[in-house]
Amino acid sequence: MRGLRSPAFFFAACAILCVANAQAQPNSATTSNVVSRGEYLARAGDCIACHTAPEGKLFAGGRAMPTPFGTLYSTNITPDPQFGIGNWTADQFYSMMHTGHSPDQGLLYPAMPFASYTKVTREDSDAIFAYLKSVPPVRQQNRPNDLRFPYNNRALIIGWRTLFFNEGEYKYNPQQSAEWNRGAYLVEGLGHCGMCHTPINALGGSSESEAFQGGLIPMQNWYAPSLTSNKEAGLGDWSIEDIVDLLRTGISARGAVYGPMAEVVYNSLQYLSPEDIRAMAVYLKSIGQNTPPPPATSTVPTTEGSLLLSLGKTVYDQRCASCHGKNGEGKPPNYPPLAQNQSIQMESAVNPIRMVLNGGYPPGTDQNPRPYGMPPFAQNLSDNEVAAVVTYIRVSWGNRGAPVSAADANKLRPAPLD
Amino acid sequence: MAFSIKHIRPVLGCVLAACVLSIDAAGQSVPTPPNTIAARALACSNCHGKLGEGTQDVYFPRLAGKPSGYLLNQLEAFRVGRRKYPPMNYLLEFQRPEFLRELAEYFAAQRPPFPPAEPSTLSNDMLKHGETLVTHGDYQRNIPACTSCHGPTLTGMDPGIPGLIGLRSKYISAQIGAFRYGTRTAPEPDCMQLVAARLNEQDVTAVAAWLASRPAPANLSPAAKGSYALPFACGSEPQ
Repeated sequence: MRGLRSPAFFFAACAILCVANAQAQPNSATTSNVVSRGEYLARAGDCIACHTAPEGKLFAGGRAMPTPFGTLYSTNITPDPQFGIGNWTADQFYSMMHTGHSPDQGLLYPAMPFASYTKVTREDSDAIFAYLKSVPPVRQQNRPNDLRFPYNNRALIIGWRTLFFNEGEYKYNPQQSAEWNRGAYLVEGLGHCGMCHTPINALGGSSESEAFQGGLIPMQNWYAPSLTSNKEAGLGDWSIEDIVDLLRTGISARGAVYGPMAEVVYNSLQYLSPEDIRAMAVYLKSIGQNTPPPPATSTVPTTEGSLLLSLGKTVYDQRCASCHGKNGEGKPPNYPPLAQNQSIQMESAVNPIRMVLNGGYPPGTDQNPRPYGMPPFAQNLSDNEVAAVVTYIRVSWGNRGAPVSAADANKLRPAPLD
Repeated sequence: MAFSIKHIRPVLGCVLAACVLSIDAAGQSVPTPPNTIAARALACSNCHGKLGEGTQDVYFPRLAGKPSGYLLNQLEAFRVGRRKYPPMNYLLEFQRPEFLRELAEYFAAQRPPFPPAEPSTLSNDMLKHGETLVTHGDYQRNIPACTSCHGPTLTGMDPGIPGLIGLRSKYISAQIGAFRYGTRTAPEPDCMQLVAARLNEQDVTAVAAWLASRPAPANLSPAAKGSYALPFACGSEPQ
């Protein structure tokens, strides 16, 4: 997004428009339409998040992506013929999106979400390709990946694919509305929401049978909540308007985005049309199920729990109540309510602990360019105080989360912030 | 507490629902935070104080009264990761430049009281060495006086040069260290990187301690833009 505002991009865009005007042929106008549609779809796919390095040139790659298996570096997808995809054909691009097979590198590591992009239609793939061909080429060589043995052997990808990859474009579900299908196409395909919101197993795969059931994001130590359980981030009992607000503006009457999801809203979702966001909301609402609450699994003994609770109330009243309200009612949408807030009560307490430690601003968006933020408390509160206040908000005002321990809080202090 | 609430939940649920309805109908009963930049800057307060006056933590700097251009440069550098401090990088990563400008202008405009000068445990010789470097530099070693850029009263200059007083010695020495080791950089020519590279450990300790021991100047504001010429080019303060 930073790159798209650059002068270089502006000139490139002008050049395309000028060419279209000069030739004044319907064909060129169509090309320009395809390019701008491709740009929109590239937003929906959030290509920029991985393929542009911090302060790097647009789509020139080189962004480090730490994984449990070593560090991968994203590739140059500008039209440079030597270092980018300048010599690719639309067929090859589609094949890469659809099958995870790159003409330059062979089988791609699944950090490239081809398991989601395989659902993208040929027409959309061609538009994205046309757009990528239109951005300024960057002569920047790809940085070799730094994977540990045995993961540096690409042949292993074959095994991964056998287990976790199902090739195939999105199949229209005639029993659902066109809007629902559009939403499903975006969420399951370009949006690649399942990359985080589906549990990742030890092999780095996400199983289709557990789609959107939530999981801890490897290396980032944020918990991507389940989208199918209303006990987590399932949106089954949210209004469509609240879901739309959350996705487009980053804040809503029910809660705000934070952590890695702030990036998704910032780089991708805020740019999608109201119709597409609404379609995603309709689909997401439909997959939220009222699952029975998981059994409380706190390891904190009851006596310790009540001590934590009374300390927690003291900390809360002193530090939190002025924004989140005496009874956790918040000042929505700017200060999220904590009472009945799903992300507070989930079985995993990782996110509420991290919010207390690290604070955060929702992303700056067109609809909310000047967000209110929460200060970090890592430097102000002891492990015990963090555990106490998180315990307090997890069990108060009708919330039904389990207590957390000082050790749980301590474990997340070194969690990565970048 | 959880136990008792559990039993009244059905009732509570109805009450809440009723409230929500009446709020919706009235349209305005929801409490809202003040629509000000001060309210939006509260996320900074735990480390920097509500008005940017600083806190007990000696590693977190006072922001109040620093030139807005300097503050914006820092916010922007944290946002893109050029200046590395993960808690700040994380807070700013997805913010818009216009919002950062507003935050910078807010803290630049504040004039909370100055902190008391920090008593130093260093020897008089060391403090004297610090004073000499700050006010005269070291010609032999090609070290300019701090005052030649940061101003005769060390309150900085608009738009890009920060004041050096009102900061604790630990913060100052950590920042000079960060310039020396390249974890803190500024636009080229990175003048502070050049100067810091010429300082040894003793210089840094002495300079930081002497600066932190200074009392508040009569005028806390930075000098106006272009009040004096810089001894060499500096990317943060284009001439």
